[in-house]
Amino acid sequence: MSDISRRDALRRLGLALMATGALDRVAAQEVHHMAAEAQAAASGPYTPQSFSATEFRTLERLTDLIIPVENGAPGALAAGCAAWIDMISSENDQLKKIYKDGFAWVDGAMKTRGAASFVEAAPEQQTALLDEIAYRRNQSPELNPGIEFFTWARRMTVDAFYTSEIGITDIDYRGNRPMGSYPEPTEQIAYVLKRVPTL
Amino acid sequence: MAQATSTSTVHDVVVVGSGAGGGTATKVLADLGVSVLLLEAGPMLNMADLKEHMWPYLVSHRGAGARGQAYTGGPTGFTYSATYGGAQLEGEPYTVAQGSDFSWFRSRVLGGRTNHYGRVTLRMADYDFKPKSTDGLGFDWPISYQDLAPYYDKAERFIGVTGSVEGIRSAPDGIFNPPGALKAHEVLIQKSCAKLAIRAVSSRQAVTTIARNGRPPCHYCGQCGRGCTTASNYAASYVQIFPAMKTGKVQVIANAMARELITDASGKVTAVSYIDKTTGSERQVRCRTVVLAASACESARLLLNSKSSRHPQGLANSSGKVGRYLMDTVGFSMSAMVPALSGMPHYNTDGYGSHLYVPWWLWDKHKDLNFPRGYHIEVGGGYGMPGVGSFTGVVNRTEGYGVLMKQAIRDEYGTSVGLSGRGEMIPNEDSYCEIDPDMKDTFGIPVLRFHWKWSDHELNQVRHMQQTFRAILEGMGGQIAAGGRGGRANQAAAPSAPTGQRAGGQAPQTGQAGPQTGQADAPAGQPTTMAQQAPANGGVPISRGGAIIHEVGTVRMGDDPRTSPLNKFCQGHEVKNLFVADAAPFVSNADKNPTHTIVALAWRTAEYLAEELRKGNV
Repeated sequence: MSDISRRDALRRLGLALMATGALDRVAAQEVHHMAAEAQAAASGPYTPQSFSATEFRTLERLTDLIIPVENGAPGALAAGCAAWIDMISSENDQLKKIYKDGFAWVDGAMKTRGAASFVEAAPEQQTALLDEIAYRRNQSPELNPGIEFFTWARRMTVDAFYTSEIGITDIDYRGNRPMGSYPEPTEQIAYVLKRVPTL
Repeated sequence: MAQATSTSTVHDVVVVGSGAGGGTATKVLADLGVSVLLLEAGPMLNMADLKEHMWPYLVSHRGAGARGQAYTGGPTGFTYSATYGGAQLEGEPYTVAQGSDFSWFRSRVLGGRTNHYGRVTLRMADYDFKPKSTDGLGFDWPISYQDLAPYYDKAERFIGVTGSVEGIRSAPDGIFNPPGALKAHEVLIQKSCAKLAIRAVSSRQAVTTIARNGRPPCHYCGQCGRGCTTASNYAASYVQIFPAMKTGKVQVIANAMARELITDASGKVTAVSYIDKTTGSERQVRCRTVVLAASACESARLLLNSKSSRHPQGLANSSGKVGRYLMDTVGFSMSAMVPALSGMPHYNTDGYGSHLYVPWWLWDKHKDLNFPRGYHIEVGGGYGMPGVGSFTGVVNRTEGYGVLMKQAIRDEYGTSVGLSGRGEMIPNEDSYCEIDPDMKDTFGIPVLRFHWKWSDHELNQVRHMQQTFRAILEGMGGQIAAGGRGGRANQAAAPSAPTGQRAGGQAPQTGQAGPQTGQADAPAGQPTTMAQQAPANGGVPISRGGAIIHEVGTVRMGDDPRTSPLNKFCQGHEVKNLFVADAAPFVSNADKNPTHTIVALAWRTAEYLAEELRKGNV
């Protein structure tokens, strides 16, 4: 979303609140909606800035494994996690190197397991590798670079997913909207007090 | 100086700095018909730049910093909050003496730190003004609670402060507007405290919950730290200075970095010299009186840099006390995962940040304690807006990937509760700032060098926080992830998320949450845990000096000109047309967050100044 449309959206929300004093959530949803529209308009096939086409496919597959589609609910692929990681890496040489080295490492690891590369490996070969590098308990001189890389990829995929519209819906965050008053959460208070009988 | 350009206009008052002190002085003076020229070192605040209500995906970096600094270190510039500044400012260095540890946060924008601060609004108690008389340590203020109470009243009526009348001596009641209801985790905290005979009450936040002076009431979006587009919370910029500018009495010069105060043969200030940052040239504005409100350490720096043959130690400094008795707030935080909160039906926990706080409860029991001064507790928790780093702690702990990892995130979301202690530091001879003899900033202005030392008074206080927080959290079944740390757990929406200070609201999402730092210097693949914590101090996890961003003192007020640069009206003992209106005049640093007292004191100083101008005394 461009700066101008963002400012415009915020100004309209601010004006709506200032002018009427009426706190309806329509205004906040309007901002939300405008943003989504702007994003959709801007989207097309993403052109990687940091990584080669093959590297980007590797990243996409990794993010898909880290946050897959769950019972039909969209995951990292739909949320565009790989594109965000690529964009951030394009501004940060340290991150770019971590990823490029990491892609080379997972490809190398796959070769020793009989596959041409990570993306060309069978899904069960891919998860077999992840089952090793997704846990610190598997630390060894041989696996450590992979474990370190996967820690980065997992952390940033999670960041990218849960800061996306899809991820925010998925985690069921209910806030960021104007309310006319702050009501007592009686249901929730009853829930927690029942679960701590000593209080 | 030869190149400095100057105009012939003599302004009644030049105010240097536009935060809580400068904003209040400007507003009060303008209302009394006094014309003010206000100098601000940063740009004008553009309300359209405030990022309130903005979803993370509307910002390309989503809060990770423009170049992903959240991951690999470096200042993020708080690009997702209303903060304009940080501990590291381009071209504006400072130095820290060997053996000291100090972090100096500077804000550069109209309104200063009030645009993003936590809005905690606490009156100092009667005994807070007379600490030396109470326990023999530190120094007494030259004024009493009764002197300042009318100005706390005025400030609260004008600003709007939430709270409930409680009759607690350590937390004097004010003129409150209705508080928001407590959230579920806050009810747990309150009940767990009650079992320990600790009273937790409605938080006192600079947020109006009723319509006031054209400002609509709070809309409970929880994003005070990003600046309030409806001006429902207090910030000097949109609550004081913008309205004051409409009176026609106020002129603002932005991007004006004050360099030095110019004096005449009689020792009075005649002009303020500043660097116009847009051109790099030096300019002067002439004045009848000057009000320094550049932040405690910047005001001290300005005086120390205003040397002349008549003032060889700097202006208003024949006492040698300018820069001395620098204090910060003692900080310590602990968080826990509370299983009782798991599986709770989700609801909107934003509100205006925390709706609960714990005033100091042992103010009459110090004889039984091994530390002389108190602290209060700020609380955090709830379902914060997800941000960069929100779930780093949980995924690093549970590891793995896929649906199981996602379920772990879901289970833990909203179950973390954080407590932050904010305690009084006693002024000491080892904590001060002075001019570095060698280094200058990009404008050619000599920079500050900091010296810092905590004493056993503060370390023992942190030990008490540690034990108390553990008891409170365990009392609600909480699982404490680590022993706690110096820092600001309660203000973090997320571990090491560079989103700036929130309104004291959301706890970290995980027990491993890193602190909120201006540097966001999280090491690779792991959350930061110690960035704001001082490294030494016998292993006591106390915050670094300056980390709580409550630096006060350095140009203190007092009745004796031999030991205090300012008199009881925050007026120079030696320089009668010099006033200081930020936190520099503070004589002690009670456990009360300083902003409310800055505002009340600046209000009183401005009224006094206006009267002295009217009488022709200055």
